[in-house]
Amino acid sequence: MAEAEILDHDGMRRALMRIAHEIVERNHGASQLMLVGIRSRGVPLAWRIQHNIKLIEEVTVPVEILDIGLYRDDWFQRPFNPVKSSDISATVNHRVVVLVDDVLFTGRTIRAAMDALSDYGRPLAIQLAVLVDRGHRELPIRADFVGKNIPTSRNEKVLVRVKEVDGEDRVLLSRPLE
Amino acid sequence: MTRGLMTVLKGSLKSVRDFTALEGINAEELAALIDLAETLKDVLERPIKKVPTLRGKAIANVFFEPSTRTRNSFELAAKYMSADVINFQSSGSSVEKGETLWDTARNLAAMAIDAVVIRHQVAGVPGLLADLLDVPVINAGDGMHEHPTQGLLDLLTVKAHYGRIGGLQVAIVGDVLHSRVARSDLWGFTKMGAAVRLVGPPNLLPSELEAPMTSNLEDGIRGCDVIQVLRLQHERQTSGAVPSMREYRERFGVTRERLEKWAPDALVMHPGPQNRGVEIDSEVLDGPQSAVLSQVQYGVAVRMAVLYRLLGGTHDI
Repeated sequence: MAEAEILDHDGMRRALMRIAHEIVERNHGASQLMLVGIRSRGVPLAWRIQHNIKLIEEVTVPVEILDIGLYRDDWFQRPFNPVKSSDISATVNHRVVVLVDDVLFTGRTIRAAMDALSDYGRPLAIQLAVLVDRGHRELPIRADFVGKNIPTSRNEKVLVRVKEVDGEDRVLLSRPLE
Repeated sequence: MTRGLMTVLKGSLKSVRDFTALEGINAEELAALIDLAETLKDVLERPIKKVPTLRGKAIANVFFEPSTRTRNSFELAAKYMSADVINFQSSGSSVEKGETLWDTARNLAAMAIDAVVIRHQVAGVPGLLADLLDVPVINAGDGMHEHPTQGLLDLLTVKAHYGRIGGLQVAIVGDVLHSRVARSDLWGFTKMGAAVRLVGPPNLLPSELEAPMTSNLEDGIRGCDVIQVLRLQHERQTSGAVPSMREYRERFGVTRERLEKWAPDALVMHPGPQNRGVEIDSEVLDGPQSAVLSQVQYGVAVRMAVLYRLLGGTHDI
């Protein structure tokens, strides 16, 4: 595997700060917002965005956790995957929910996340923030806030590493050797 | 080699195909199922109690013995996960016209059923069916053999209360001989590291089970963390082991006074249906130490976990 660094620690920090600014600007403040991190790496990214919004607006936006295991459309084709708990304690009704994930690829995870969210209530709107958009969508889904667009081929892998899970902040693109 | 036996022998996370007994399951798989059930319990607390996971799957509940709790619990578990359910009861069915179990099962399979949940009065029938059918088979209680989802829900009830299972003292009290619940509990709790003792009239304690046994209730429950009170199965008392209900209550009935004296902090469970005033008093059943309604709630969650486990993922090893 050959690996190339797409974002380093500082690059990631700047991207998440810009996303926070864009979220606040688009929604005219942060009062109605709720961040929902998609397990697993969307969750620490949502916490970072929460922190950044606090710096900008002095508002603490709630962060909730979503596991989409029960909503996947391909779960019976995959090896057994234990479901982890979702933790959505606040109501999503009358909130603008910003879904946060690390990589946007086929769009199927986001489709599943939107289905899951609608079982918790009826948000005012759902927006999507991703650190990396790597293309190859299979569904009509796009991100509202993107940290970095990376053109990839399908057999490449985008590895988002975050301090809370992996001990470092980096984004790598790895391609299989010929 | 038969598939049921292979499941037992391999028992690894990837090879689980049927769920017919806790005896052969490995501790890792058991712990994974308990964790999964704990997660799925959240679905029951949501405003919309339905996830699309088993959409398009059909599950047959095949019951050759009466059941309220277990059948309803399996049905709800399937429905909360969006599966379709048919309920087949032997009374009023073609079984009464002489159809064999094998033909009943083959016909169900021909209707494109994706999983079979079976309760049968003869021990081993679910395992046999698992060998014959290509779809997953789940044991909902077979004779005096096992009731593995009950064992699983008892494990989850205890884990939810104490935060752990390992190191706890568990007393199973009553008619152990006729109880499939006692056997599933014994295997389950032992595998998870708890110490299990069996308490009951001497004739109702099967000597082949490997666990400390006593016929003295005080010795049996003193200092216990968990007491599982078994139903006195009066319909199965033919050996004369229990002279009368009154006498049974005097020696083995779990009353408030006895509980306060010998096990004031124990969690009290009962698989149901209960004979109030025989093996357990109403004061205990409805009292602060009772976990019987948690057991029922967790029952739905563990059945969701088992269905998800068996119908989910590829089974390629």
